[in-house]
Amino acid sequence: MMKLGDGPMTSNASGAQDRPLAIEARGLVKRFDGFTAVDGVDLSVPEGAIYGILGPNGAGKTTTLRMLLGIIDPDAGVRRLLGTDRPHEVAHTVGYLPEERGLYPSMKAYEAIAFLGALRGLPLAEGRRRGKELLEEHGLGYAIDRQIRQLSKGMAQQVQLLGTLVHNPRLVVFDEPFSGLDALNQGKLERMIRTLAEKGTTVIFSTHVIAHAERLCDAVAIIAGGKVPFAGPVDVARDRIRPQVRLETRVGDGPWRGALPADARHEGSFWYFSLPETGIEPLLRALIEGEAGILSLSIERAGLHDAFVAIAGEAAARALEEEKEEFRR
Amino acid sequence: MSEQSHTGRLSTLAAALVVARRDFTAILFSRSFIFFLLGPLFMMALMYVAGGVGQQVRQNASRPELGVAMNAADADALVRAQQVLAPRLGPAMPTLVVVRKLQPGEAFDPLIAMKSNRANLAAIVSGTLEKPVLTGPEERIADWQGRVALLTAQALQRGPTDFPEVTLAGIATSTADKTQGQRSTAQIGQTVLFMLMMILAGMVLSNLVEEKGNKIIEVLAAAIPMDAVFLGKLFAMLAISFVGITVWALVGGSLWVSAGNGLSDYPAPAVGWPAFFALGVIYFAMGYLVLGSIFLAIGSLATTVREVQTLSMPVTMLQLLNFFFANFAMAMPGTWVEKAAMIVPFSSPFTMLARAAQHEGLWLHAAAIAWQGLCVAVLVRGGAAMFKKRVMQSGPAGATKRSLFRRAPA
Repeated sequence: MMKLGDGPMTSNASGAQDRPLAIEARGLVKRFDGFTAVDGVDLSVPEGAIYGILGPNGAGKTTTLRMLLGIIDPDAGVRRLLGTDRPHEVAHTVGYLPEERGLYPSMKAYEAIAFLGALRGLPLAEGRRRGKELLEEHGLGYAIDRQIRQLSKGMAQQVQLLGTLVHNPRLVVFDEPFSGLDALNQGKLERMIRTLAEKGTTVIFSTHVIAHAERLCDAVAIIAGGKVPFAGPVDVARDRIRPQVRLETRVGDGPWRGALPADARHEGSFWYFSLPETGIEPLLRALIEGEAGILSLSIERAGLHDAFVAIAGEAAARALEEEKEEFRR
Repeated sequence: MSEQSHTGRLSTLAAALVVARRDFTAILFSRSFIFFLLGPLFMMALMYVAGGVGQQVRQNASRPELGVAMNAADADALVRAQQVLAPRLGPAMPTLVVVRKLQPGEAFDPLIAMKSNRANLAAIVSGTLEKPVLTGPEERIADWQGRVALLTAQALQRGPTDFPEVTLAGIATSTADKTQGQRSTAQIGQTVLFMLMMILAGMVLSNLVEEKGNKIIEVLAAAIPMDAVFLGKLFAMLAISFVGITVWALVGGSLWVSAGNGLSDYPAPAVGWPAFFALGVIYFAMGYLVLGSIFLAIGSLATTVREVQTLSMPVTMLQLLNFFFANFAMAMPGTWVEKAAMIVPFSSPFTMLARAAQHEGLWLHAAAIAWQGLCVAVLVRGGAAMFKKRVMQSGPAGATKRSLFRRAPA
């Protein structure tokens, strides 16, 4: 059995050098009836970071989060949450919003928040008071005394989100937090996540919408097929693939064509290719000398989506696109 | 959100109480609980009314009247004799109804009178006091022959005229009566315990289905240990049970007392009524928790109410089997059967309650309660582990829907 050191955990792979780790996992494995859902996952999430777990459905995101939280135990590997390998010991400092939202339909909104707080050790009276305050703060004051069954799905989701935060956790785990929210509320949630991080709360969330991760995260782990081919800062992920060059020429052909990289593809009057390892200057010189007639030339740094495609592979990316399409519908 | 957090790590018991409080409140104020409470009350009221009517019918039927058809002097003398003897012989002395005072020489056919509409007329005495004739169904008249002879002898003033006062020196019960009575108390105790558990355990079986339907179980499992979830649910159901039992006992007890009954009418259990009731409560709690933890584990594997209903049948049969086992053990005191029934956690509460009715001494009860408590702890842990292993492994798509009857997709 693998062991994590007993000393303070620190980060060295996510751009948050020497910060203590809120989450550390080594070689996590989980199998269901012979199917390996998670296959040797390593994670290091520094305290105060916003950390994204990216991957299509079935990639192992939820199973990884559930193992980290102690909902299920790994078949192999080790996990540490806020310094302990027994997640329930620190449950009072953790907030969790599961992918499948669930509240008691007969509970009033503020009571539901108080109950979620009570599960995390917050006294019930205190939870009720904070629940009312939170609902007021987030524009849901009119729903304080409404039963959950009387709220829309989106509103109920917001109530559960507030219940996740009512006890002021040090670590918040969101599983697909943006699904089911309209664009307005997605924006509100993004702001809330940033505010939490500014206050020093560690936020880890899973998503299959890369744009959210790209806007929010300091670091990400990309999961595909139960494995993590990449875990680290978003910038490092982007740097995994070469910047993309878009070149427009007046002349369609000429000796300058020989200077273009082998992967260059021609679409209309544009050429697309990865920035050569030698840099742009030798290529520019060859284009000018070859009288290509440069009309425009741009170099674009790869986005997280491109990085994801490159890292997780075409198959995972295709699955992701399908899910996004389904999500939009 | 900027406030200082006042949270602290919850112990398993504290976490269980959070779950229990929520469940208890939710169930107590649900419409279904009102119906749940009313069900047995309706049954009790029905039994009370039916019992009252039945008793009235029995009373009427069991006190048949004896018709008298004689000349006026004989008839009056017979009625006077009945009035003298009735206080001394009690219900053994039949009520007399003068059917007809015959004129001298008047003919009377008792058969015709019997066939007429005097519904409660069991037989007719005719003829004279010297030569009475008793007409009626054979089995009746054979039974009443002696009493009619006594009556006529009294009417002819040939009976005793002086009745000495008999001093009564009663004892509560004989040893044989006591043993028999305590056995009855034991049987009643076991049956009441069984009935209550049958009625109430069904609630436990379906309890986690609600949780799974609401998908709240994921939130619970992330926040507190599954042991605490299970324990909390059991505590809540136990508290709900006590509410139900209290209401039923108050209503049932009132009806029982209003019907003229009292505890003194029944032989006291060997440990005494207060200890017997206290042990009854404890054994109910233990039996309920033991069985409830099994039900909860099985019920947690069901995803629909239909599955719960399907699962209920074998579980009910198992309960019945335990009841019979304990009942059988009661008839074999001191044998290995009784010892086995005391040890098997499912039959132990029934057996021990029966023992409390029949045998003095409390130390064995203390040991049994400790043993049953240990079994509850083991079963709750086992149930929680089973639940965590089989149900909480959602992982790949569709696996959260796995149930006892479906395998998770690979």
